[in-house]
Amino acid sequence: MNFPVLSIITFTPLVAALIMLMIPAHRKNEVRAIALISAIFALSLSAWVYFTYDQAAGGYQFIEKYDWLPALGINLYFGVDGMSTPLVLLTGVVMFTGVLISWGDDDKHVMSGIQDRPREFFAFLFILAWGVFGVFVSLDLFMLFFFYEIAVFPMYLLIVIWGWAVTREYAAMKLTLYLFIGSVISLVGVLAMYIVQYQNTGVLSFDMLHMEGAGFSQTFQNIWFLPVFLGFAVLGGIWPFHNWSPDGHVAAPTAVSMFHAGVLMKLGAFAALRVGIMLLPDGAKYWQWLIMFFAGVAVVYGAYIAFVQTDFKYMVGFSSVSHMGLVMLGFSTLNREGLLGSGLQMFSHGVMTALFFAVVGMIYDRAHTRQIPELGGMIKVMPFAAIGFIIGGLVSMGMPSFSGFVAEFPIFLGVWKEQWFVAVIASISIIITAAYILLNVRKVFFGQMPEKFEGHITNITAFDKVAITTLCLFMILLGIYPNFMVPMVDKGVENILRLLGGL
Amino acid sequence: MFTSVMFASILPEILILILGMLLLIIEPFWKEEQRRNAGWLTAGGLFISILISVLFGQPGEPTATLGGMIRFDWLGFFFKMLFMFAGAATALLMMDSERLGQRGEAYLLLLASILGMDLMAVSSDLIMLFLAIETTSIPLYVLAGFILADDKSTEAGFKYLLFGILTTTIMLYGFSLVFGFAGTTDLYQLADMFQGGNMSLISAIGVLALILVGIGFKVSIVPFHFWAPDVYEGSPTPIAGFLSTASKAAGFAVLVRLFFVSFPAYAGSWTFALAILSAITMTVGNLLTLPQSNIKRLLAYSSVAHAGYAMIGVVAFNQLGAASVVFYLAAYIATNLLAFGIVMAYSRITGLEDIRDYAGMSRRNPILALMMLSAFLSLTGMPPFAGFVTKVVVFAAGIQAGYTWLVVLGIINSVIGAYYYLNVMKFVYLYRMPNEDEENHPVPLTRPYAIALGVLTIGVILIGTFFAPWFNWSDAAALNLF
Repeated sequence: MNFPVLSIITFTPLVAALIMLMIPAHRKNEVRAIALISAIFALSLSAWVYFTYDQAAGGYQFIEKYDWLPALGINLYFGVDGMSTPLVLLTGVVMFTGVLISWGDDDKHVMSGIQDRPREFFAFLFILAWGVFGVFVSLDLFMLFFFYEIAVFPMYLLIVIWGWAVTREYAAMKLTLYLFIGSVISLVGVLAMYIVQYQNTGVLSFDMLHMEGAGFSQTFQNIWFLPVFLGFAVLGGIWPFHNWSPDGHVAAPTAVSMFHAGVLMKLGAFAALRVGIMLLPDGAKYWQWLIMFFAGVAVVYGAYIAFVQTDFKYMVGFSSVSHMGLVMLGFSTLNREGLLGSGLQMFSHGVMTALFFAVVGMIYDRAHTRQIPELGGMIKVMPFAAIGFIIGGLVSMGMPSFSGFVAEFPIFLGVWKEQWFVAVIASISIIITAAYILLNVRKVFFGQMPEKFEGHITNITAFDKVAITTLCLFMILLGIYPNFMVPMVDKGVENILRLLGGL
Repeated sequence: MFTSVMFASILPEILILILGMLLLIIEPFWKEEQRRNAGWLTAGGLFISILISVLFGQPGEPTATLGGMIRFDWLGFFFKMLFMFAGAATALLMMDSERLGQRGEAYLLLLASILGMDLMAVSSDLIMLFLAIETTSIPLYVLAGFILADDKSTEAGFKYLLFGILTTTIMLYGFSLVFGFAGTTDLYQLADMFQGGNMSLISAIGVLALILVGIGFKVSIVPFHFWAPDVYEGSPTPIAGFLSTASKAAGFAVLVRLFFVSFPAYAGSWTFALAILSAITMTVGNLLTLPQSNIKRLLAYSSVAHAGYAMIGVVAFNQLGAASVVFYLAAYIATNLLAFGIVMAYSRITGLEDIRDYAGMSRRNPILALMMLSAFLSLTGMPPFAGFVTKVVVFAAGIQAGYTWLVVLGIINSVIGAYYYLNVMKFVYLYRMPNEDEENHPVPLTRPYAIALGVLTIGVILIGTFFAPWFNWSDAAALNLF
């Protein structure tokens, strides 16, 4: 038995949440300290997993398997491959930076961080993180679903309690119902797969590796692929089911937006890939055109809607729809380049969008407005945040030497191989993205600062700076040294291609 | 001849009887303000009875004892333990209930109805079954109308009584027809008789419909649910909790044994009829829950919907289905008792039962709010609470039996459920009291509440995470049906 590193990573947030709930409510700094320590612990363990994953060997590693309910074939079965390892690292990074951003400032003029009931906030946030880690490492379909649902419901409370007072009730309920509907639709599909694989193989098992060889018929796959894939993809923000996502992002407090756009949307995409495409590959081929259509629309439409927003946070929210559309577009190619790009884009976008939301949150906490026309000249008071945002913007536009390029280039290559005109249409989004990023960077950070802000706006805290630095570091690292991640994701893609029959 | 098997088969009932007599003897010696201690005695006694029964009264191979009146098997045993557990929790919750907890006879009536439920779960003869159902119901009629000074409680008791009598009589008519057709009242012999074609399909459907009226009342499925909201709202809250959990589960225990064991010959018809009823129950129950503003009525209607979900497992009519019903009920008993217990503990201090009045609860007592979160998320069907895994197993059974449409409907209903359960949580966590001074309005828990709610919360989380033992017991119970 090896060192059970994956279960330790997964259950660290849960244990931390339980400890926090036992601390008296008024001892806010102790709660924050526990959150930070456990986040650092989880981050370092996930980094350790990332760097010790044997890239030459590939496949599932760090495997742990415990009987959980043998009568129904449910195991606590953990393992990571080239696709999920970067996502585990991403979760660690976002968790760490999210805690830093939420630390808060005792300055009364700055409403930054979480001052109201931080104990409950961090506990719910960490329960969310528990679910996220669980989904990424689970190789058992039941457990994957179990953790998936755990990652959904704390969002409601996090948004409704600590969110933006204007829209939080509406947005939180909308988000929860969308995600719940999506997940239960996939649940029907998952149960159908479970029953049919039992009829085919005579073994009651939720083991996904076992299900890969369950021999689902073409008809079965054609029927169930769409519910399963789209049900999960709702959380990935796929058009036309993306509506919850910008509303949810805007209403959520900063750290939750980071978690949400940075990690949760990957959860949806990842589950759609792992359950939809990998277990029902023939169904994926059958419906490939539809997924490509949905994703293509999301890419261009999301970018355009982001372009016309005047609310800074809505802009970032819609840009997430556009970028997650690229992930789905990569999935829909079902070829090596596209899937490789999607794997990288999930990581790159996660880090980038976390940074975006962090900076937007910092500005809003100080200026109390997110309307782009009302902002300006922020670089003078918060140069660090401005530079961070600009780096994120360059990633978003897909500039070479930043992670966005490394991720988006293979996606377009893959799409070109499959349907060249989709690639042409989707590439419009790059131009629109460049336009809105550059325009808004100019309006918000440069130019004249409105008079009402003069002297009122303070610089960001040291914790904020650490968070921004961490996030930028990963984007630049992946940009100038793609070998940091490409071979690993490539190993994961090989496994998917094997299931797709060496397309 | 009284053998050890006979003794073991009714060991829990004997213990409950002893406990009841003990209560009768001791209670008069207590002073007025000490009478509340009857709750400790009842809860403790039930807990000890559970321990003794598990240690010495476990069933082996299913056997018929006491002249074929009692079936001694895991199905009955597991249900018995559930009822006694629910009874113990209810006794604790009753202790600080005004005008109820100070009265020793309330606990005695509770014990009497648990005795009846235990017998409902094990009866293998129509006559025994009817007696058991009456033993359960009569004390509950009294308990529902226990608070004479309160018109609502009186109304609840009376309504429950009238509905109960009407439906049981119809069921009794059904039983008599069964005897007329088959010539036996033994549930296990009935199956053979009907296998031989003693009753035509048309008469079978008629008879089953009559029986279903009685059982449908117990488990409160649509269209026999009308009593539930009024009775739950009017009766003392702990009794409402008990009615919505243990009494409902007892109805299901009878339902699965009667239909699975005695009427498999007509399974094709009744599974379909029950599927329709299940669909209507879930949908109507959920839609009626949406506009409720009183928390007890909300829980009442949602408990109607939960009967619909559990029914999917019955409809499936396979081993996984039977196991899933038992499993679902175990989780549901713990969850709904917890929900009612919290309502009890909260409204005891505030005196209010509207959902609106839960504003600011998380600041008035954060622990209680977390418990409420566990209960409501479990009712929604969210992990890591009991409601999730049990619902998934029920749905899996439905899909295995080919009732995909019913499962899809169940899932749509779960989403509706999520809406109103989360809505309550919004009041608990987001809204504040009108004057925002929650610190000065704490909601303290007395010791019986703390114990009962703590145990129930742990139970809800344990069933939802370490679900293997619970499922295995449910599975063992289900195995006895086939």
